[in-house]
Amino acid sequence: MERSRRSFLKLVGISTLGLGTLSAVDLLDKVDLRAQGFGPDPKALQGERWALVVDVEKLDEETTRKAIEACHLVHNVPHYEDYEEEIKWIWTDTYEHAFPGQEYDYLAEEVEERPFLLLCNHCSNPPCCRVCPTQATWQREDGVVMMDQHRCIGCRYCMAACPFGARSFNWKDPRTTYFKDKEPPNPRYPTRTKGVVEKCNLCAERLAEGSMPACVEAVKDTKAIVFGDLEDPHSEVRELLHEHFAIRRKPELGTSPNVYYIV
Amino acid sequence: MLETALKGSKKYWLLLLILFGIHGAGATAFLYQLNKGLTVTGMSRDVSWGIYIAQFTFLVGVAASAVMVVLPYYLHNVKEFGKITILGEFLAVAAVNMCLLFILVDLGKPMRALNVILHPTPNSILFWDMVVLNGYLFLNIVIGWVVLSAERKQVPPPTWIKPVIYLSIPWAVSIHTVTAFLYAGLPGRHFWLTAIMAARFLGSAFAAGPALLIILCLIVRKVSKFDPGREAIQKVANIVLYAMIISIFFVLLELFTAFYSQVPGHMHGFVYDFVGLHGHGNLVPWTWAFAIMAVVATLMLLCPPLRKNETTLAIACLLVFFSLWIEKGITLVITGFIPNPLETITEYVPTLPELAITAGVWATGFLILTVLYKIAVSIKEEVGA
Repeated sequence: MERSRRSFLKLVGISTLGLGTLSAVDLLDKVDLRAQGFGPDPKALQGERWALVVDVEKLDEETTRKAIEACHLVHNVPHYEDYEEEIKWIWTDTYEHAFPGQEYDYLAEEVEERPFLLLCNHCSNPPCCRVCPTQATWQREDGVVMMDQHRCIGCRYCMAACPFGARSFNWKDPRTTYFKDKEPPNPRYPTRTKGVVEKCNLCAERLAEGSMPACVEAVKDTKAIVFGDLEDPHSEVRELLHEHFAIRRKPELGTSPNVYYIV
Repeated sequence: MLETALKGSKKYWLLLLILFGIHGAGATAFLYQLNKGLTVTGMSRDVSWGIYIAQFTFLVGVAASAVMVVLPYYLHNVKEFGKITILGEFLAVAAVNMCLLFILVDLGKPMRALNVILHPTPNSILFWDMVVLNGYLFLNIVIGWVVLSAERKQVPPPTWIKPVIYLSIPWAVSIHTVTAFLYAGLPGRHFWLTAIMAARFLGSAFAAGPALLIILCLIVRKVSKFDPGREAIQKVANIVLYAMIISIFFVLLELFTAFYSQVPGHMHGFVYDFVGLHGHGNLVPWTWAFAIMAVVATLMLLCPPLRKNETTLAIACLLVFFSLWIEKGITLVITGFIPNPLETITEYVPTLPELAITAGVWATGFLILTVLYKIAVSIKEEVGA
């Protein structure tokens, strides 16, 4: 009875395994390995509508470079030479390109040549989130426009919808190209794969630990970029907006950008 | 009925072999793209949709071939169309298949395409486009198959198919409307942000789809014993003519609004298309080719002797088809990205692998079309229609 002997042995094997597992569970029970519960870090920054106020006069070339570098290092943003494939979370451009339609022939030279720091506006009414067919990009309750690179199908509809050019697509695989021979600078932040969209996440991972966004932190002694909650009347951003005249990019489109520029 | 596709002349098999070869070349290029990423295409961070999405947009229009014969036949009892509704429906099936393939090859992560169903998002127009395109594909397969089977058995089609056919008529309108909405609802893309976008899509679709249908009818008559009928072809030609005039009129409306208002954002795209902008003008020859072919085709169709002569009619239909292919399948989509949101210009030129994949998808569509037409024509020959 070959077959029944085999099934008998199988049964014995499985039972032994089961008993073993049971005793292992018993052992674990004694050390009390129950889930501790997982909640947000008590230090996490809380806000209702995060905003950035950029004081353009305080941003010279050196300061903008510091802010950009800090962001791109902390998020492992590859630096491709080819403009067409460029990935950028934060970058500079001229007034004419940052505020198209607002330029005029006799614009002060100083404004014309000054670098304007550009990044995702974390719009209150974001068209990118409206068009995404998989909710891979969505808006958090505190206003941060997030991006899930694990859900993104790479249709690039959000890139067509963003009126600020704030979104980049991984045309090639950063892991096998840019980071092929060098370690990504920040091991705590994931690199991306080819075929997904990425952009500034307002340092959601840093806010969760109670830190300011990396660009703000990098230039904090100059106070050139200030971060805060627009819904909080005593916040620094509100005070700045109360005292200075500021402009936003393309407000006429109704996306309600949350990055302000004091000019 | 599938068995009729399995026996055919040498020429039939040769055609299938050629199409299959192009399909294979495209599939190989697609594997290369899958491996390297979309970096192998000519698309960029500024022009983030290229020839794939443009072909998809054009082919949604070709799928209108079905409704333009189904509507007159079933709602207005235009008897001449009875013989060719199946050709319109099967052309729509092939066109929608190409649409779906073009979207798939454009995705950065095609293996995640089903996320659209896993995380349904009603506020996304792309979600609705997926719904209407697949629905239209399903409707045309079912209608075509059921009606053709009944014809083979020489019995009237089952009564339950009537409501399905009626449903397919507004459904056809929905595929063009929803596809136009993909573009017409985006803030900051002035070239697309126009309320007549859906109307333009319908206009050009009702010209391009039936124009290709006429050419296919003429080919079918030449290579088989089935005659789609001179009267039917003439009636479709009238539809092409009216739709073409409306399409040109809509483009003129856009030009008036842009250039009389003088709003820079509204003018930029058309300036880029027709004369070039800041020294960039890749699409200028294409745009003029569109304009000239569209006008010549319309004049030819307007002239009764040229319309009634089937040789000149075929030439006019080819002109209609290729002019609208340029308009929807090249310029409309690409110009939307030029200039970019920061008003700088990056031009777009498709690469070889991209063109190979594009040819591969077209070949796949025509492979489907050839097999479906073979079935339809064999049955028509069998019953002596």
